[in-house]
Amino acid sequence: MKHAINFILNREAVSIRIEPHITLLEMLREVFDLTGAKEGCGAGECGACTVLVNGKPLNACLMLAVEADGTEVLTVEGLANGTELDVLQQSFIDHGALQCGYCTPGMIMSAKALLMENPTPTEKEVIEAISGNLCRCTGYKKIVEAVMAVSQKNGK
Amino acid sequence: MKYVGISVPRVDGIKKVTGALKYVDDIKLHGMLHAAVKRSPYPHGEIIRIDTSKAEKLSGVKAVITGKDVSKRAGLYLEDKTFLATDKVRYRGEAVAAVAAETKEIALEAVALIEVEYRELPAVTNALEGLKPDAPLVHPDLGEYKWGPIFFPKPGSNISNHYKIRKGDIEKGFAEADFIVENQFFVPHIQHCPIENHSAIAQMDAEGNLTIWSTCQSPYAVQKALSVAFDIPLNKIRVISPAVGGGFGGKAGTTLEGIIIPLAKKVRGRPVKLTYSREDEFVNSFVRQGMHAVIKTGIDKDGKITAVKNTFIWDGGAYTEYGVNIVRAGGYASTGPYDIPNVWTDSICVYTNHPVGGPYRGFGMSEIHFAIEQNIDMLAEKIGMDPLDIRRINGLRPGGKNATGQVVEVCGLQECIEEVAQKLAWSHKDKSSQPNKRRGKGIACAYKAPSMPNNVGSSAIVKLNEDGTAHLLVSAQDIGQGSDTALIQIASEILTIPPHKITIKTGDTDYTPYEWQTVASRITYCAGNAVARACEDIKEQLLELAQIRFGIPKRDLTLCDEYIVSKIYPDRKIAIKDLALGLSMDDGSGFHGPILGRGAFIPPNVRNTDKQTGQGEKPVAFWTYGCQGVELEVDVETGKIEILKVASCFDVGKVINPMLIEGQVEGAIVQGLGSALYEELILEKGIVKNPSFVDYKIPTAADMPEMLVSFVENPEETGPFGARGIGEPCMVPAAPAVANAVYDALGIRITSLPITAEKILKALQEKNK
Repeated sequence: MKHAINFILNREAVSIRIEPHITLLEMLREVFDLTGAKEGCGAGECGACTVLVNGKPLNACLMLAVEADGTEVLTVEGLANGTELDVLQQSFIDHGALQCGYCTPGMIMSAKALLMENPTPTEKEVIEAISGNLCRCTGYKKIVEAVMAVSQKNGK
Repeated sequence: MKYVGISVPRVDGIKKVTGALKYVDDIKLHGMLHAAVKRSPYPHGEIIRIDTSKAEKLSGVKAVITGKDVSKRAGLYLEDKTFLATDKVRYRGEAVAAVAAETKEIALEAVALIEVEYRELPAVTNALEGLKPDAPLVHPDLGEYKWGPIFFPKPGSNISNHYKIRKGDIEKGFAEADFIVENQFFVPHIQHCPIENHSAIAQMDAEGNLTIWSTCQSPYAVQKALSVAFDIPLNKIRVISPAVGGGFGGKAGTTLEGIIIPLAKKVRGRPVKLTYSREDEFVNSFVRQGMHAVIKTGIDKDGKITAVKNTFIWDGGAYTEYGVNIVRAGGYASTGPYDIPNVWTDSICVYTNHPVGGPYRGFGMSEIHFAIEQNIDMLAEKIGMDPLDIRRINGLRPGGKNATGQVVEVCGLQECIEEVAQKLAWSHKDKSSQPNKRRGKGIACAYKAPSMPNNVGSSAIVKLNEDGTAHLLVSAQDIGQGSDTALIQIASEILTIPPHKITIKTGDTDYTPYEWQTVASRITYCAGNAVARACEDIKEQLLELAQIRFGIPKRDLTLCDEYIVSKIYPDRKIAIKDLALGLSMDDGSGFHGPILGRGAFIPPNVRNTDKQTGQGEKPVAFWTYGCQGVELEVDVETGKIEILKVASCFDVGKVINPMLIEGQVEGAIVQGLGSALYEELILEKGIVKNPSFVDYKIPTAADMPEMLVSFVENPEETGPFGARGIGEPCMVPAAPAVANAVYDALGIRITSLPITAEKILKALQEKNK
């Protein structure tokens, strides 16, 4: 049986009827075609599906879609304003903080959540915030540098 | 240079940071069906009976296939695999049947309804056991398979390749030695762990044309393998690789594509998608082969190595269609980057009932260097020499000879060693941070060549547009390493057209020209050369047209900032865009037509080595040399290692993009540290016990050490702007450098990977007994 849910998705109100066993990740990818969030493990281990729910980073593969009812969901697709990138996205490009790009949306969302809560995090806080997001390409250094550049900019 | 050597931001950056890039699993096609696979529960067994009738009756199931639908063998170097098991299963997890259904859930339900009866066979779960004369045969029909002429399988045994090096006189070498030392090492299986799992979609139209969307590193190699396996001509198979979310070798060759083709053939034009789960990725895609090494070395009291005898036994797994070439590479590189006059090597690939071994970043080099580089330190200790000095004495230099007898022409190894020693303050010993901790420094060298057949090709097409922009078409795949950006930089440099005015299109066998494979750290070199030649072709055409237009000889014309300019009279110039569609004459007529650049490349003069001795003048396109040093601290109470600092230096010939190459090396360092400290596929009786990120840890941001990355630039004569490959070599020295640093800290030798806290504590207890 489908359940009716209402929530804010990337700043727009949406209403949908959804089966109770569907995860938030499946709903985002299959119903809304928002494929920025990836399934890397389906078990909350890799962080590739990270989205923000009420400003908190969550593994969308571990949350049921019906639980999104009444919440505000932000995905990587909701960061840029048209062709104008979010400052964090631009910083990832400027610092070479991405390679294959598969972990990048989740990585950016975890970092974004940190910056929304704390605009000027320390390097240690950045590392902690992204340590649930696995990346096999970069060795993480340039990712941390990209986030720290935004932190430093915010501090000025 | 204006564009080469500059940190141009990644050209694929925007689509990746916005989540807009569609990887294969992101693609939804109209009417798409979903596949699921029935897999073997046994590592080795005969298939007695498969009953698919219940699955076929399930509502929503559109097709069911078994090995009968894919009976033809395929493989890159040795045609030993079928995409589904036919007569027997050879590893736990091997595909025996597959289903296409309206939803993934139905497909999974149908798979559970398929009944398979097996007769379990005794399994080979250790490569050393597999070599014994009474071992069960994994491939009794090996003698009937096809293989390339540079491989040496032994039908009637489990040996799928035996590669030999016989250089100099090994007995004479040992006789000259003051000390002879024999050491053993073991490297376990590991997994690539790209964050993107394998995924593929297949669709067959009414004319029999097959389209495959695949997360593959090598669309043309996939096209060829599928053509062989399914008897479909190449002009009827289109392979598209829209994006690859990390490869590291795991997405080279073919994996799951062949499972969905027979399904696609049965569903009247509907596309069929199969995406691996993380567990599948761990077990049912390529793994890095395990390896046992025995190294016997003779050394004189002055530190000169006089002879080495290597035995490398590789656990190739159930199919070694790709693995045989890793074993070959491990053989011809078996001395490491050292000049040793007398060498005897046996590098042997053994079939086992383990997951399928295949290419993994390093292609055998990480495995053999774990042994070689520890062995070098052990020799140094034996004669009371500093680990740096033994490398200074024996390390390759221009004019030296490597294991195949090749005379080394360009080699910055010694410069790399000195650079790392300086960055790591080698002779300075820091105090540990706490009384229960011990500090150590370790160093390891590495070399690697592109381990590919000698005559594999690359090609590129450049289309000049009438506004002076260009399209670059290649089938080199950007799998994260940054080839899209680097290849555009090479094109920009020659065409003098800035990178933002060049668009690259890759990975579609219907539209982008041939590339053998995106593997072997060969793309900047091979595809880079093809791109350079295509751009030179354009340049030549532009100068021809300008010569006619200006009446100035071609030799006095050049390209500069998007113009064709006279070298003598700089005001005589015409914009590239004005010649892009041909030359317009004053009388209104036209000449030549649109300008299209064509470039092709095969590494020059690379020849096979002697079959008996492995000796040859130029067995590979080039060698990349380098060195890595590690400083670490070990907690003697817990055994936990903390990597404090890593210094890496490689001779890359020419840095095309500093930011990208730095990122690539940093990634390799951390991936290498993962293999050094945590990573091992735990195999018990042929069963992978830890197929998840919870039980198989890979490094997180919290594991990142301080990284000091630098480069030496001794140009590669045949490389584009002097560049040679780096993607794999920079991972190779990580594990032995850690092992050597652990020894420096504690005086204990860990000769098997990974170097876990448990092993350290155990070794400390032994030592303190």
